[in-house]
Amino acid sequence: MYEFDWSSIPGALPFLWRGMCISLEITLTAIGVGILWGTLLALMRLSKLRVLGWFAAGYVNLFRSVPLVMVLLWFFLIVPQLLEKLLGLPPGSDARLSSAIVGFALFESAYYSEIIRAGIQSVPKGQASAAYALGMTYGQAMQLVILPQAFRNMVPLLLTQAIILFQDTSLVYVSALADFFGAAYKVGDRDGRLVELLLFAGAVYFVICYSASLLVKRFQKGTSA
Amino acid sequence: MISIRNVSKHYGSFQVLADCSTEVAKGEVIVVCGPSGSGKSTLIKCVNGLEPFQQGEIWLNGISVGDPKTNLPRLRAHVGMVFQNFELFPHMSIIDNLTVAQVKVLGRNLDESTNKSLKLLDRVGLKTQAGKFPGQLSGGQQQRVAIARALCMDPICMLFDEPTSALDPEMINEVLDVMVELAREGMTMMVVTHEMGFARKVAHRVIFMDHGRIIEDAGKEDFFGTPRSERAQVFLSKILQH
Repeated sequence: MYEFDWSSIPGALPFLWRGMCISLEITLTAIGVGILWGTLLALMRLSKLRVLGWFAAGYVNLFRSVPLVMVLLWFFLIVPQLLEKLLGLPPGSDARLSSAIVGFALFESAYYSEIIRAGIQSVPKGQASAAYALGMTYGQAMQLVILPQAFRNMVPLLLTQAIILFQDTSLVYVSALADFFGAAYKVGDRDGRLVELLLFAGAVYFVICYSASLLVKRFQKGTSA
Repeated sequence: MISIRNVSKHYGSFQVLADCSTEVAKGEVIVVCGPSGSGKSTLIKCVNGLEPFQQGEIWLNGISVGDPKTNLPRLRAHVGMVFQNFELFPHMSIIDNLTVAQVKVLGRNLDESTNKSLKLLDRVGLKTQAGKFPGQLSGGQQQRVAIARALCMDPICMLFDEPTSALDPEMINEVLDVMVELAREGMTMMVVTHEMGFARKVAHRVIFMDHGRIIEDAGKEDFFGTPRSERAQVFLSKILQH
């Protein structure tokens, strides 16, 4: 019978905490960039200019049709060299975190843009007509009338996507980056207590994500009432 | 003021507007009526360029609406439009609905815009509702706010697209009263509506449309006395029976 031994966890907590900070950093940056770039992609997709529409559709379909792990690996292999060239960093400097962030942000933008596109389309067409009839330009109508309503409608979906994104950050372990999951794995591997550490990491992910989704539900009830 | 010359519009092979021509002089009130699907809403939306058209010309105060070089936002800023479904901005308070375009489009400062908004809200009898949101008002109140919002821009003419069609019967009159008052002050108005009482009271001319064509374009007395076309007679007898 396997004997559980949790003793290596307390001493490793500071290391695990630093890992959690990396996970959160990746999550938050990817959400920020994802929403900004995703909004632009959604506007391109809905634009009357065909070239923009094609570009956005191509981008979204590409990123939605390849596994996230693969995107992360590509960026892990490409971005460090790119940064070295562009910023003149010495070769071999550690760009794992920035490459992970770039990979996530670009990947998540594809998903965010689809959510945002649906959000924009959920605003009745008459609203845009009313904005134009008042003399607003396309940019003003979007900024003042359409997007505020669209974002209000899609807050629950955006938050749900953020929770999925947080879980997905564990995939950066492929680049040996010590995010929360990677840190737990390293500690477990070092002490020969992989089972305990992974159970512990799973419990932490569960608590965070489940409470976040409860919050989303509560928020949904609050706005629909 | 408004000159519509041989305007045609089609979606694919479906003809929405066929060779429509009419003139609206300054201070004139024109009622456009006709069965649903006759193209009357489309025609009025062509006047401020919300709907594009393929043939013909529309001139508004000496500016060609269909010309690709025309700055449509600037033109529309001075053409008031009121919609069937009000189209107030639900995420803004009533006062913000009225000030937003004054500030962002006309470049007025906030104090001046707020004063103007309150004056016009008072005029439609809704000054006390300034802090509420559109969802808290009745349909009739919302439509009166929508009229005030359009008037805030100091429009040279007003377009109404079935302004009372989405209202409960008991709210229609409060909106029509505001429109009658506006007409009597000499506002140039083009009104798509089935409210023949309104037409009788203030219209100078009535345009009857069917299948995308202007069938009848006559002075009020002629139209209600002896419509020349059989189609208009049938339509009138149907909506005036009750």
